Amino acid sequence: MSENKSRLQTLFEQGEFVVTGEIGPPKSASGAGIREHAKHLSGYCDATNLTDNQTAIVRLSSIASGVHVLQAGGEPIVQMTCRDRNRIAIQSDLLGAYSLGIKNLLCLSGDHQSFGNHPTSANVFDVDSLQLIRMVKRMRDEKVFACGEEIKKDEPRFFIGAVANPFADPFEVRVYRMEKKINAGAQFFQTQIIFDLERFDRFMELARERGLHERSYIMAGVMPVKSAKVAGYMKKFVSGMAVPDDMIERLKKAEDQQAEAVEICVEQIKYLKNVKGVKGVHIMAVGWEEIVPTIVEKAGLLPRPQVPGLAQVAG
Amino acid sequence: MIVAEQKPFEEIAKMVEIFDKVLILGCNECVTVCLSGGEKEVGVLATSLRLYRKQGDRPITTVEETLVRQCEWEYLDEIEKLVEDVDCIISMACGVGVQFVAERFPDKWVIPALDTKCAGGAVEHGLWEERCGMCGECILHKTGGVCPVARCSKRILNGPCGGSQNGKCEVKDVDCIWDQIYKRMMALGRMDQLMEIELEKDWSKARDGGPRKMSREEVMIGE
Ligand code: SF4
Ligand code: SF4
Repeated sequence: MSENKSRLQTLFEQGEFVVTGEIGPPKSASGAGIREHAKHLSGYCDATNLTDNQTAIVRLSSIASGVHVLQAGGEPIVQMTCRDRNRIAIQSDLLGAYSLGIKNLLCLSGDHQSFGNHPTSANVFDVDSLQLIRMVKRMRDEKVFACGEEIKKDEPRFFIGAVANPFADPFEVRVYRMEKKINAGAQFFQTQIIFDLERFDRFMELARERGLHERSYIMAGVMPVKSAKVAGYMKKFVSGMAVPDDMIERLKKAEDQQAEAVEICVEQIKYLKNVKGVKGVHIMAVGWEEIVPTIVEKAGLLPRPQVPGLAQVAG
Repeated sequence: MIVAEQKPFEEIAKMVEIFDKVLILGCNECVTVCLSGGEKEVGVLATSLRLYRKQGDRPITTVEETLVRQCEWEYLDEIEKLVEDVDCIISMACGVGVQFVAERFPDKWVIPALDTKCAGGAVEHGLWEERCGMCGECILHKTGGVCPVARCSKRILNGPCGGSQNGKCEVKDVDCIWDQIYKRMMALGRMDQLMEIELEKDWSKARDGGPRKMSREEVMIGE
């Protein structure tokens, strides 16, 4: 085993069905909550995403959050968007993140700033997510900066992730774009939250036709939706998310909506685990992190695997 | 063309509150076409200002003039006399015109009456849309003649992002331009071209590289 490889990459290569979680950094300068969440998820998730100013709201930086996860003994997946930094700042932050022990990077465009708490800010997008992926890969494999200048020593060697949204339009384009991301250097994917299993099946079918499941590790994104009210809200206001009516109905009818939410999420995970080409599940429960262990347990995903040579930690 | 929109009247009135005689200067090019700074708008603004100031007990004298173009010295020369005896000039041209006026008449206070929006055109009567971000290196041949630099909310060159839904952008009330680019490229049988990764753009050719210039030596008149 290469000492450079992240725990996440190692697990994929061992053929494990990987479980990742997500922590939304706070709107404050304390990492205590992040460390607490990371400890809480330990033993249930193999790695944890740290979002990068999600929905364009200023939060503790994803890289610093990743360091808090490391300090709590966990395995961070740091998210990096193209919204707020130009190529100079991105590369500088990548050097910094790697120097601090972060090995997994998830590259994405980022929500437009008009959604967040600083809608009047400038919109950077010097590079897009595809160019970002390619840039990170070239830094690692060709040892060059984006400008072509050589990185003389200690290049950052990230395990490169990307996102895929099977529920955005146009539908066919979603698979092409995933392929384009793989060509650019993406090694693993986390999908947008899946509610519409049928559409996801069709998406995976197209992905398999193009052999994408053999060229990357695809993780299916899920989310326990706490109540019918939350589900209704998401259907209405969250872009790129297909929330089916029968799920909202099912939650509405349930005596204990939270228990039902867990039940639905567990059913989804069990289903997704059997979809050919799905190599793991990414559980997004921001704001309800404490439910993750229950879901992982009920979905039959315990115990989490060990990585030889690495202490049994997670986060 | 340059698309511009008139500032709220109160703002213009506030900017000239200390002056008693103003020249309201229109432009006969783009801003006439987009109905924001042509001869007609000059007349309306002049009348409104006079009325407003009369009500406020500090009457104002307005001089009206509309030039062929404000962004060319030779037309500005025509108003030298008019400029002499006014306190300030309200330019109803785009930002380029306003600056040419200020540069040509360094002793005069110049006020912009418009907010310059974009390079675009009228897609229907009364509706103007942005089309070009003036990036300095056109890539329309790669995107089926549809510009992602100016028209994608994130100026993504390898789109569409995950926010595209039913032809709409994740940003409210905006069409997803990548949806249109894909449909066009597919219809033209050029999908393979979109599978190629478009590399990082050279923004030094855009405004990011500092103010830009263009020169044509063969038409320069030597001293
Ligand atoms: S690619 Fe550049 S020059 Fe061409 S239309 Fe778009 S912004 Fe204008
Ligand atoms: S939804 Fe379309 S137009 Fe909007 S940012 Fe994404 S790719 Fe650009």
